[in-house]
Amino acid sequence: MIRVHDLTVRFDASPVVDGVSFDIPRGRSLALWGENGAGKTTVIRALLGLVRFEGEVRIAGYDVRRHGKAARAAVGSVPQQLAFYDDMTALGLLRYLAGLRKVPPGQAASLLERVALADQAGKPVGALSGGMKQRLALAAALLGDPPVLLLDEPTASLDTAARADFVCLLADLRASGKTLLVTSHRLAEVVALADEAIVLEGGLVRLRCPARGLEAALFPHTTLNVVVAAGEEAAAVAVLGRAGFAVHPNGRGIGVRVVPGRRAAPVEALLRAGVAVEDITLEDGQWTHP
Amino acid sequence: MLRIARKEVRDALRNRWFVLYAAAFAGLALMFARLALGDAATAGLAGFGRTAASLVNLVLLVVPLMGLTLGAGSLAGERERGTLALLLAQPVTRREVLGGKFAGLALALGSALALGFGLAGAAVAIGGGAVDAGAYVRVVGFAMLLALAMLAVGVLISSAARRMGTATGVALFVWLTLVFVGDLGLMGTALTLRLDVSTLLALAVLNPLETFKIAAVGAITGTLDALGPAGVYATRTFGDGLVGLLAAVLVAWTVLPLIGSASIFEKRGIQ
Repeated sequence: MIRVHDLTVRFDASPVVDGVSFDIPRGRSLALWGENGAGKTTVIRALLGLVRFEGEVRIAGYDVRRHGKAARAAVGSVPQQLAFYDDMTALGLLRYLAGLRKVPPGQAASLLERVALADQAGKPVGALSGGMKQRLALAAALLGDPPVLLLDEPTASLDTAARADFVCLLADLRASGKTLLVTSHRLAEVVALADEAIVLEGGLVRLRCPARGLEAALFPHTTLNVVVAAGEEAAAVAVLGRAGFAVHPNGRGIGVRVVPGRRAAPVEALLRAGVAVEDITLEDGQWTHP
Repeated sequence: MLRIARKEVRDALRNRWFVLYAAAFAGLALMFARLALGDAATAGLAGFGRTAASLVNLVLLVVPLMGLTLGAGSLAGERERGTLALLLAQPVTRREVLGGKFAGLALALGSALALGFGLAGAAVAIGGGAVDAGAYVRVVGFAMLLALAMLAVGVLISSAARRMGTATGVALFVWLTLVFVGDLGLMGTALTLRLDVSTLLALAVLNPLETFKIAAVGAITGTLDALGPAGVYATRTFGDGLVGLLAAVLVAWTVLPLIGSASIFEKRGIQ
């Protein structure tokens, strides 16, 4: 459904995306993961034909450079930075975009209902909250029921609760068979929304792996800090040592090196040995370049 | 394209500056018509012809300003606000976006001018000065062509500008150049270089405002003698074909900037 081959985008002669290639079959989803400036947004923009690029980009069989209009008809997109015509009402905006997509205007109202914005239909877009605008962007992306969705940091402007709701909404779309390309720097979102993940760094593909394996690939070791009752530190160190963990008391407790998927194992070992665990914290792992 | 055009008309009517210019143009046009009628009563001059002559200077000042600033905001404004990316992410081509914007703005601008000219014409007709209506219509027609040309130049500026402020600044500079520097510069160049009359005419019609002025003077007085040797030369050389030639110059001033805009917009897009 999406084919990207040797995609290179240059700004002022220097490449910000350099030779990126991937395929996303129909109904599958791919996440682009990377730090800010890794080139994720630029890849999305190239797919939409918004920036000049070298290489080949095809969506639904259409060459984006030569048949951009047909390619974009198969795509709905949610940009990272939401920019709307603020003086239009939510319904008016969707009707305008529906007209551009040659979609019956009646779809606008039903999509507002779908994203729980029906009661905001008559409000100017500029008066909507960030979360509402995000849902409005999704409604706009779903006009005409396109088979492909391009989601660029779709939860970037949302608070924690709204983010969880929005990810559920996107997960439903994924389950309904849409082909998804999502950019994110949140591992939980990548796992929830994608089958596969590509790690971009400095515009280059550093890694391609199953989405569920992304965390282990990026952060092979993290440190679990375990706090036990006073006087039991020596016993805890001994128990963990016997269980095969690398430990180092650090003044705040006992640091234990753990791997993703087995983070609770030290706690389990301590409890089994009768050592009471008072608290645990997980320290961020350092991104290990694949 | 039609939907984009409709939105541009709607946006132009909500643009405070555009509404202010349009109201000022209509008010001044009406005032000139009333003054011309007063002259006609005392001096026995024809109402439409006098009104058209009064309006020429108004058109030379206001219409380019309206066209240039309206066009300058077309793409640069959306680029700056980020809505151009929203628009171009839809299944539309850049030419459709450009064409829709130009068509919508042209309709809004044409309507504003039609209102001003219409009010002035109605005032003269009601006041009883129903002479030289043909001259008035020709002046209005050339004013519309000038408006389209200036709008196209404004769109050209907008296609290359990242920010609305930059586009508006450049548009105002172009307006000043065409209105003031162009006229004085032509006179100075002609005197300094002792240009022959054909070169002088060619240089004059390079400025769309001069083109409009020549066409308007010809329409109102029926002769270009008032323009001096260049006017006499133009009449002798081109005869009845002069009107078509001047119209073609203004059409070229519309088409060429639009081609340039399309080329730049194709390359730059949202950048």
